[in-house]
Amino acid sequence: MMDGKDLKHVNEDMRKLLARAAFGRGDFEDLFVVPVFAVVAALVLGAVIMLATGVDLPTIGQSFVALAVGSFGSLNAVSETLTAAIPLVLAGLGLGLGFRAGLFNIGAEGQLLLGGTAAVIFTFSFPSLPFPVLMIFGLLAGALVGAAYASIAGILKATTGAHEVISTIMLNLISFRLLEYILRQPYIQREGRSDPISKSVPEAGQLPRLLDWFDPNLRLHAGVFVMLLAVVFVWWLLFRSKIGFAFRASGANPDAARYAGMRSGLVIVAAMATAGALAGLAGASQVQGVLGRASPGFSAQMGFDAIALALLGRSHPVGILFAGILFGGLEAGGRQMQVDAGVSIDLIGIIQALIIVFIAAPLLVRAIFPWGFRKETKGGKA
Amino acid sequence: MSAVTTDTSAEKIASAKARQARITGGILIGLSLLVLFLLDVAASEVATFKLSRPRDAWVLPDLVVPGAFNTIAAALLAFLGVRQFLRGGGRWTSLSLGIGIALVIMAFLVWATAGKSFSLTGMLQATMVRAVPIALGGLAGVLSERVAVINIAIEGMLLAGAFTGALMGSLLGGWGGLVMAVLVGGMFGMILAALVVTFRMDQIIAGVVINLFVLGLTSYVTSQVFAEHRYLNNAEIFRSWKIPILGDIPVLGPTLFNQNIFVYGALILVAVATYYLFHTKGGLRARAVGEHPRAADTLGVDVYFTRYLHVTLAGMVAGFGGAWFTLGSVGRFDENMTGGRGFIGLAAMIFGRWHPVGALSAALIFGFADSLQQKLALLNTPIPSEFLAMAPYIATIIVVAGLIGKARPPAADGRPYVKE
Repeated sequence: MMDGKDLKHVNEDMRKLLARAAFGRGDFEDLFVVPVFAVVAALVLGAVIMLATGVDLPTIGQSFVALAVGSFGSLNAVSETLTAAIPLVLAGLGLGLGFRAGLFNIGAEGQLLLGGTAAVIFTFSFPSLPFPVLMIFGLLAGALVGAAYASIAGILKATTGAHEVISTIMLNLISFRLLEYILRQPYIQREGRSDPISKSVPEAGQLPRLLDWFDPNLRLHAGVFVMLLAVVFVWWLLFRSKIGFAFRASGANPDAARYAGMRSGLVIVAAMATAGALAGLAGASQVQGVLGRASPGFSAQMGFDAIALALLGRSHPVGILFAGILFGGLEAGGRQMQVDAGVSIDLIGIIQALIIVFIAAPLLVRAIFPWGFRKETKGGKA
Repeated sequence: MSAVTTDTSAEKIASAKARQARITGGILIGLSLLVLFLLDVAASEVATFKLSRPRDAWVLPDLVVPGAFNTIAAALLAFLGVRQFLRGGGRWTSLSLGIGIALVIMAFLVWATAGKSFSLTGMLQATMVRAVPIALGGLAGVLSERVAVINIAIEGMLLAGAFTGALMGSLLGGWGGLVMAVLVGGMFGMILAALVVTFRMDQIIAGVVINLFVLGLTSYVTSQVFAEHRYLNNAEIFRSWKIPILGDIPVLGPTLFNQNIFVYGALILVAVATYYLFHTKGGLRARAVGEHPRAADTLGVDVYFTRYLHVTLAGMVAGFGGAWFTLGSVGRFDENMTGGRGFIGLAAMIFGRWHPVGALSAALIFGFADSLQQKLALLNTPIPSEFLAMAPYIATIIVVAGLIGKARPPAADGRPYVKE
């Protein structure tokens, strides 16, 4: 039963959705001022934490220089940043799409692991296929398996109402064990190894490196095009297609979407499957472009970092792209920082977490930085 | 059987119950076939379960189970399944399923041990120990979700407790470490409360952020500081403390009364929390805040304060549970050493239907699977241990999906409350 007040909300939500986004002051604050404040505040707090753990001031300065140089300071740094950003952006796009549809999918890690593993298995199973075919099929295999794995949570949510947070966490834990098992099977395990590690992706299945003609150490691979295509595709899907409208409507107001005749179950499964496909693609691009094989934990927490990324990018494909480049830069710069200044790369994890706190709690940022924001109007956004 | 109903909603409930009974019946029949064909033991073989060690005060003889047990178990399962399928008695559904699962586990143990011997008491003791962090994590979840705050941050709180336990335990000794771990856990509870109650941040995002932050901070300090200063990560551990007389009871004694303070603490906390939540005024108010905050507010309950208080308490419980990882077992902290136990605790809470005792029981099931998996490696069974390790997670999904009875969260769970 809906009373008048709820109906008013429904109308407002629908109108907001339908309104052509007029770029106002509020959007500017949300999209630029808050993220900039968040990054600056997180870096400052990172410095405070370094001070508290006995790192002296010159070293702190040195580590920030290393962070900057290691992320964007040279061609090699940019290549590393982009290489690190590819899987993060792909998985982040999937999560952002889920958020838009009101689904909090924690399962990117598992979807990414299984997708990547599927890509490896597919490519070494058909070594006779020629170059672009094998590579593309490998990516598709990854996307398909990721989609299938995510659909489990989607179908459960649609049919029984099982909360996707718990089911995706469980699916993550299951995927870790499953991977250990799969990687020990004789068909998949690398010859002569007793630890769980897969055979290698054949040459024809790899995403070719783009800059190795210039310097063989540059690891940037063709996955960057996959990433850009995915950004465009998700943007089109969310903002120009009918199903994307259904995603956003269900996320903004499930009741309204149902009254408008959208089938909520179908929307949930479709959104989860798309998100899983993107996460699987992230795993496939990582194994076909960088690692060349699958091993336990090859995802290196990317599925979880991608959650942060999607939040930072406000679940908008372009925002996620920039957030991914920022996180990729932090990752690449963090490695440099560890080498140059001897500061542990784990600091990056803290900085990332702090960035999200400030992004996700606009009230908190406004409380810390009262300047730079217009005065909150009564009944305005909170 | 229920009387003839004319009301459509009652019919709906009845048909849902019948469907559920049929599903349960199907599951039981399936399990019966599983036991009959996969866990088949030759009647001549016996499985020997050791119940006590030779030097115990009272020595029980070994429990010797003949292989025919499994055939009988399969027959019993089939009987229960067919009965459910045909009669569909709503009252018996859960009970049949409980008995059925217990039978399968017993049959499994007999199958795995056939021709060998195996210390049952040792496994029960390990079950209890491994259940502790999960039970405390689940209890933390119950405390915060009963006031309608979803607490994904349990994992981070456990990790913070483990870290503080190791650091402060090294500096101040075991008890100092324990107290500080509880306080730091409480601090993170308060931070979560501040983020979601005062700053109205999305509860799940706030939890994820706390997890990321704690993981980052503890890993950073471990590699940056502990690697150089080893003495900061070398805490005294709490040894097990045997309760006189009770500790000498065979089987039960080693399992329940010869453990360290974390096991006793978990059991006491579960009892206290159950009494508090369901038999005191404060608990009633807390639950009211979780079910209908507006009504509670109207009646003069301070919703914000109640949420702050209980989420902080939840953090303290999780901090205590976290200290188990360091002060209760190895004495030193390793990066990400909680390894997802907080999330399993969350699952235990749902499994246990938002009740402290339920969460403890679910935690015991997880602990049992955990210790079983370890023991199986010793018994050389053909089942890959990875699949056994997955079993509790699959069970959680089945439970969360409501395939075996519906679990209902507090009505206002996850929603921020804005005072008018």
